[in-house]
Order: sequence, then structure tokens, then C-alpha cells
Amino acid sequence: MKLRHTTTSGDDKIELQMTPMIDIVFQLLVFFIMTFKIVSQEGDFNIKMPLAAPAAGQPDELQVETMRVRLEADGAGKLVRMSLNDRALTFLESKNGQIHMKQLQDEIVALIGTDRGPGSIQENAEVELDCDFGLNYVHVIEAITAVSGYVGDDDIVIKLIEKIKFAPPRPVAGG
Amino acid sequence: MKIKKQKGGGILEGDLTPMIDMTFQLIAFFMVLINFTQNEQNERVTLPSSVLAKPAKAPLEFPITLHLTEDATVIIGGQEVSIAGLGPFLLRERTVLRMDGKTEDDATIVVRAHRYSSTGRVQELIKKCQENNFEKFALRAKEDVGND
Repeated sequence: MKLRHTTTSGDDKIELQMTPMIDIVFQLLVFFIMTFKIVSQEGDFNIKMPLAAPAAGQPDELQVETMRVRLEADGAGKLVRMSLNDRALTFLESKNGQIHMKQLQDEIVALIGTDRGPGSIQENAEVELDCDFGLNYVHVIEAITAVSGYVGDDDIVIKLIEKIKFAPPRPVAGG
Repeated sequence: MKIKKQKGGGILEGDLTPMIDMTFQLIAFFMVLINFTQNEQNERVTLPSSVLAKPAKAPLEFPITLHLTEDATVIIGGQEVSIAGLGPFLLRERTVLRMDGKTEDDATIVVRAHRYSSTGRVQELIKKCQENNFEKFALRAKEDVGND
């Protein structure tokens, strides 16, 4: 299609009205700035807790004994003592109150060995968390993190134990 | 300092192109980063952080999100109830599951507990869900990016 050039006398200029567009654009910008919120990513730790106890039957050859992690708290809910299969463990507390359970992780690594994949101890091993009633939940997540795995080289997550459950709840301290 | 007035009635026309370019880029930036999943979160709950808490590759089939506050109350579907009073809400979820042709096994209870809530309360919450035949749980934590 041939476009016809309109020739008008003089040098008429079509002036684009920029003001309404700039108004709307700034309003959009303000809206997005106001609703902008930096949200950190979230992830889940899966736990399977059937109400009924597993049926007694032929024990699985690969079934390894459940590792029992005991977490004890003071009156304020802070972690004071920790043990794995009744063996006391140490932990490190950073300035911001975060607890690093390196020894727990090392013990777990030693217990499950290096064998990975289907049928390995790592796949079948189970950890039971036995916590004081008043223990701050953050320490449970720290313990679950320590037993679940760690971040290796190149940010690859090395998985340790995947079966995690809670022991029956303990009564309220002093209650 | 004296500013000389320019002679003649010439109109000063600023070049708006760079400003509009920049503004559109800013709008594009904020549009891309806007988060529409905030309805799953609750400002009263500060999650514990973990280096292993990575976003799931696939979404959960039937998630039921329970927010446990520091005061041991549960927020479900925008309503705040005690742990003991959670029963009717879980029953409602079960009804929805049945209507979808699913069972409790297909659902996952996502526990978003406050970092300083008592572990005992979290266990009470889990027990309450177990009494309603829910077995799969996901303890939610926020990703620790190592800036603390």
C-alpha cells in the first residue's frame, strides 16, 4: 500500500501530549514501589507422622535402629543440652543466637557411612526428635537441618537422613 | 549571580526520552519482582531459617497451611483459633478433599510456626491434625542466605 504524504503548507508539527502518559507511568511506578516487598524464599522439611504405630512384623534387614536426638531447654526455651542416643553432644552458638550443631551432623555422617542410594543405610535411617515442651521451635529446625544434610561444594545439598519424626510430646515443664 | 534572560520567545523543550526510558525500566523491574504469593504468608509469623530450606521444585498437591503464632494460636484461612478449636476447620478441609475425590493422604499440612513458639505447641498442632487423619506434614522454614 502506498502511503500518501500529506503536504501542507508551512511546517506544522504534530505535538504528542506527553503529560497524561507521564502521569500514568508515574502512578504505576509509585504503585509498584509501594507494593514491593522483599520476601525470602521458603522451603519445607517433610515429616510423615501416622497416628497408628507401624504394624509389628518381620523386621526389615535394612531397617536400622532409630537415632534418638534429645533436645533440652531452659525456662526461656533456649537449648541447653543435646544428646544423640543418650550421648551428650556439644554445639556452637553464634552471636545472633543461632545454634550450629556440627558435632551432631558429624555423628550422623559417621553412623550412616558413605553409602548412598537405594537400599542404603542413609535411605532407611530414621531420626526421632525428643524435645522439651518449651523448647523454641527454631532449635528444632536447626536440629532437623543438621540431620537432613549440608551444603557441600558448589552449593550442592548433600542429603543425610530423610526420615524424621517426633517423639511423643513431653509434658509442660513445671505443669 | 545575575542570570541573563534569553532574547526571543523560544520555548525550552526538555528531552523526555531518557526519563521515560528509565521510568519504564523501573516499572518493568518492579513488575517482574512483585510477589503474588503473599497470601500464603502471615506477618505475625517469623519463620526459623535454614540453609537447606530451598523452594520446592513441584508444588504440593493439596497444601493446607497452618500458621502457628508465638501466642500458640493457629491462623487458618485468615481466621485465628486455638489449637483445640482447630477441629471444625480441619473437618471443612476434609470435606473439600472428599469433594475433589481425594483423601487425607493426598493432603500435606504445611506448618508455618513462629521461630520462638514452643515445640510442644507444634507437636500439639501435629497431634490435632493426626486425630483428623492427616499424616503428611511439612515444616516450613525460610531460606538462610548466610547474611546473618
